[in-house]
Amino acid sequence: MANSPAVLEASATPVIEEVPSFNVTLFVRRYNPEDGREPYWQDFDVTVHGTDRVLDALHKIKWELDGSLTFRRSCAHGVCGSDAMRINGRNRLACKTLIKDLNINEPIYVEPIKGLEVEKDLVVDMNPFYQAYRDVQPFLIASDKPAKERLQSPEDRARFDDTTKCILCAACTTSCPVFWTDGQYFGPAAIVNAHRFIFDSRDEAAEVRIDILNDKEGVWRCRTTFNCTEACPRGIQVTKAIMEVKQAILRGRR
Amino acid sequence: MSVVIEQPKSPRSRKAANWEKYGWMYMRASGAILLILIFGHLYVNLFVGQGIKGIDFAFVAGKWANPFWKVWDGLMLWLALIHGTNGMRTIANDYAERPMVRKVLNYTLWIVCAALIILGTLVITTFDPCIDPNASTYLPGVCAVK
Ligand code: HEM
Ligand code: SF4
Ligand code: FES
Repeated sequence: MANSPAVLEASATPVIEEVPSFNVTLFVRRYNPEDGREPYWQDFDVTVHGTDRVLDALHKIKWELDGSLTFRRSCAHGVCGSDAMRINGRNRLACKTLIKDLNINEPIYVEPIKGLEVEKDLVVDMNPFYQAYRDVQPFLIASDKPAKERLQSPEDRARFDDTTKCILCAACTTSCPVFWTDGQYFGPAAIVNAHRFIFDSRDEAAEVRIDILNDKEGVWRCRTTFNCTEACPRGIQVTKAIMEVKQAILRGRR
Repeated sequence: MSVVIEQPKSPRSRKAANWEKYGWMYMRASGAILLILIFGHLYVNLFVGQGIKGIDFAFVAGKWANPFWKVWDGLMLWLALIHGTNGMRTIANDYAERPMVRKVLNYTLWIVCAALIILGTLVITTFDPCIDPNASTYLPGVCAVK
């Protein structure tokens, strides 16, 4: 091991504490469209470390116990937004949920996010979710074609800072009871990403997006339950953003 | 030469114009007014004077002799019924998945609402305190002996 000189100076034998390990039971919601079975719960016992996340436990199951377990993940570090799932009844990212923070004396329940069609095990069809995102025109719309970057004051940038943090994981939209009813509602994530551009001083199409969200299935279906804010792994004030878009619609401009 | 990319501005195909914004505003405006009307109503009817024991035909007739209470009750009737019906419409839209069920529920709601508003308004505007032949016994001075 290559210890840095500084560490050697401080103590001759650096002690690294052993990470404690413990056993947990995971109940995972399984579904295979090819075996004709209804979705069912399957339990797995795994030994995990205090530093492990639910994603690590799922890896352990997939790599050591049952290779057919299907779920999405990519970055494994809360950046890509692929592994939103319902863990103990709450939408979270499996890669950001430490197992030690859950009640490990009880089984941990892991199921797909709700309101989108399950394709297999924890994988859902994200297309309706992405369609609502596309429908709010989530890109900068400006008439000039500048040779340099568009400058913006720190205050103008701060106005929409919160909603730039979205990673499109769908935790918010699939925690919303209005979205669960018929899946027609645009959903929090689409509104968050509209907010990102509606309140951007460089953008010129705030009115267009305001008009899009003044739809029968737009912001007015929001009933302020705060499920989305609670679910967001990025800590975005989702309900507040929706409220600000409502106010922008009432004003008729950003 | 720089590449020119035209703005993708084709609008989403909107199904129809809608009143949802006004519904949302109405729920809040009527809610705020109803807060005063309902709790004022409960206070006057249940606490003031003899409280709940005081409520009878004469009590109502006495209140409606004053146009102030007629307007109060009429406003409460209209605002609360439209508010409640619009709230129920929201819930029906949530729970009814089949379009036909949704349609039937919504039409039923508004027909019931309209009927109640018409009946209620008729009662308030055409109220006759002396409709009871014995009215002169408990509303002397207001109703003539029949
Ligand atoms: C005391 C004064 C009242 C206030 C301040 C009030 C306020 C509100 C507000 C703001 C909403 C909209 C909630 C949302 O959009 O998320 C609402 C919904 C509703 N209100 Fe009222 N309201 C009052 C009285 C009433 C009365 C008297 C009725 C019955 C006649 C009623 C029935 C409803 C129903 C059925 C809903 C829909 C609930 C839902 O969306 O799940 N409210 N109320
Ligand atoms: S707002 Fe939060 S919960 Fe919703 S999609 Fe974006 S990151 Fe996920
Ligand atoms: S795997 Fe990328 S956010 Fe969790």
